[in-house]
Amino acid sequence: MSGHISPIREPLITGAKTYHQITEDICGPTERTPSVAWMIAFILAVTGLAVYVFCVTWTIWVGIGSWNLNRTINWGWDITNFVWWVGIGHAGTLISAILLLFRQKWRTGVNRAAEAMTIFAVICAGQFPLIHMGRLWLGFFIFPYPNTRGPLWVNFNSPLLWDVFAISTYFTVSLLFWYTGLVPDFATVRDRASGFRRKMYDFLAFGWTGSAKHWQRWESLSLILAGLSTPLVLSVHTIVSFDFATSVIPGWHTTIFPPYFVAGAIFSGFAMVQTLMIITRKVLNLQDYITLEHIDSMNKVILATGSIVGVAYLTELFISWYSGYIYEQFAFYNRLMGPYFWSYIGMMACNVISPQIFWSKNLRKNITVTFAMSIFINIGMWFERFVIIASTLARDYLPSSWSYYSATWVEVGLFVGTLGLFSTCFMIFTRVAPVVAIAEIKSILKNAGDQYVGMKNALKHDHKHESVKANGGDAH
Amino acid sequence: MTRSPNKDVLFGLYDDETKILSAVSEARAAHLDIYDVFTPFPVHGMEDAMGFTESRLHQAGFVYGLIGTLTAFLGMTWVFTSDWPIIFGGKPYWSVPAFIPVTFELTVLFAAIGMVVTFYTICGMGPGIINPTLHDRITDDKFCLAFDVTDVSDDEKAKFKTFLETSGAEEIDQKHI
Repeated sequence: MSGHISPIREPLITGAKTYHQITEDICGPTERTPSVAWMIAFILAVTGLAVYVFCVTWTIWVGIGSWNLNRTINWGWDITNFVWWVGIGHAGTLISAILLLFRQKWRTGVNRAAEAMTIFAVICAGQFPLIHMGRLWLGFFIFPYPNTRGPLWVNFNSPLLWDVFAISTYFTVSLLFWYTGLVPDFATVRDRASGFRRKMYDFLAFGWTGSAKHWQRWESLSLILAGLSTPLVLSVHTIVSFDFATSVIPGWHTTIFPPYFVAGAIFSGFAMVQTLMIITRKVLNLQDYITLEHIDSMNKVILATGSIVGVAYLTELFISWYSGYIYEQFAFYNRLMGPYFWSYIGMMACNVISPQIFWSKNLRKNITVTFAMSIFINIGMWFERFVIIASTLARDYLPSSWSYYSATWVEVGLFVGTLGLFSTCFMIFTRVAPVVAIAEIKSILKNAGDQYVGMKNALKHDHKHESVKANGGDAH
Repeated sequence: MTRSPNKDVLFGLYDDETKILSAVSEARAAHLDIYDVFTPFPVHGMEDAMGFTESRLHQAGFVYGLIGTLTAFLGMTWVFTSDWPIIFGGKPYWSVPAFIPVTFELTVLFAAIGMVVTFYTICGMGPGIINPTLHDRITDDKFCLAFDVTDVSDDEKAKFKTFLETSGAEEIDQKHI
């Protein structure tokens, strides 16, 4: 019944937990009055959100001219932020879907929070193309609906429209997957609550009872949604990369973009998961569920995807030289030696060189190092998108229209503001929903809990001892 | 909205999944009619112990996905070949490779929404629906085996009760839900 316990794996749940103790530990944060630290952080987050609302209002009121975009450089911080946020979202789906299909048990400790991160990151990402339109109130024109203008349809051949479909599908499917996973855990919180909280969780739990047939269907549904989300998550960043790759701009028009963007997305997403989980496990006392083993596993993913990204950067440079096409060669020369050389250096240092320290197991299991690295990678991946977008556009085919771009306070405010939007959502989430998937943790307790892993080793030892004796007997 | 099945249910609570698994197998071997089993997490082997057939949710998902594929592909074909043909970048009106991304996304979208709606519908769940539960710790750490005793003779009921007692239930109770 207890399934396979690998003798070489470290336990994923420490502290010799019982089922009830797991419920207590994980439901606790939603039931206690928030701590002072949480309150201060929440006030900061809401301040960031207020900055966001102000800057959006300013952009709409004054017009898109309040940004420093110009005729040559028509994408700047806005699309950089969009790609950065979408990329961050990818780690959540990778953890919840791809690691489910690969039967990686360590995903259960972090999947809930990572999926929440996905949803909030996609919300933040979606803001930028919308505001960037200028006339926000006409945003619904991006959807193909029967209209009185002909009907005039959207251009289904445009990668920007594919993006609309990709991002909205990604958001919807992630939300459904996340919520379906949450329903049994909301029922757990519901059954401990009373009064108004009981009513609230009665609503959120959708009438979950825990019936055997429902669990069977729930598992079947989770597996299929994981199976659907896997190609979906790969398609989303592929399509985001098509925004660039299907254009005929040197430096963008490359076939390497889809895999390179997907690897970069997973890389930056895991960095953000590390940033969030290192804080969350400490603040909510979840060190027994999000262990050093989890952090180690995620650092391995960071190392692998960081190296893929590094290879992609070098391949890009080589191919631009090897192509013999002077415009392509100039585009890359310009990235290294042009006016934005500093962002290229930042990108290389943060994304390619620094993650290599994770070849060391000690550093992978060091929380301070991991936290610092996660911030580096977040910055590096932002630079990557800025390099691709701004440095390329600043030097186009016509030297007479070359230009330089730096953001205005409005654009900086919008970026900082989305960090506020994201943090506000995430902090509310940690107060309302169980941050770790309770039911899934319980289902792996007997093959990943430290007391059971120890027991199995002891049993194995005894068994070996007996078999040696038995062999000895045979020899006689 | 509370959805009550209007039944009297006799149930026993076990404290471990191995105990309830063997209890379910024994009950089925003794031809006792189980009303339902409630557990805090998906217990592996329960489908077999309860004799469930495989869920057909994935077949429904395939149909929903196919509807999405056809909607997207035929829709775009209709728009670009007959409703409002426009030449984009010198490509043919019916430029199939360019339709693939949207077709794929709508396939996934339709399959996911369709299956999730189906799941909640067949399980009798949804926003605002309250299904009565037997015990508050079923979603915590207790494993519940329940028998329907609505119109059952005292003899039969005693049989259920004895079974629960002998199979290791820690707590036995009756509740109208």
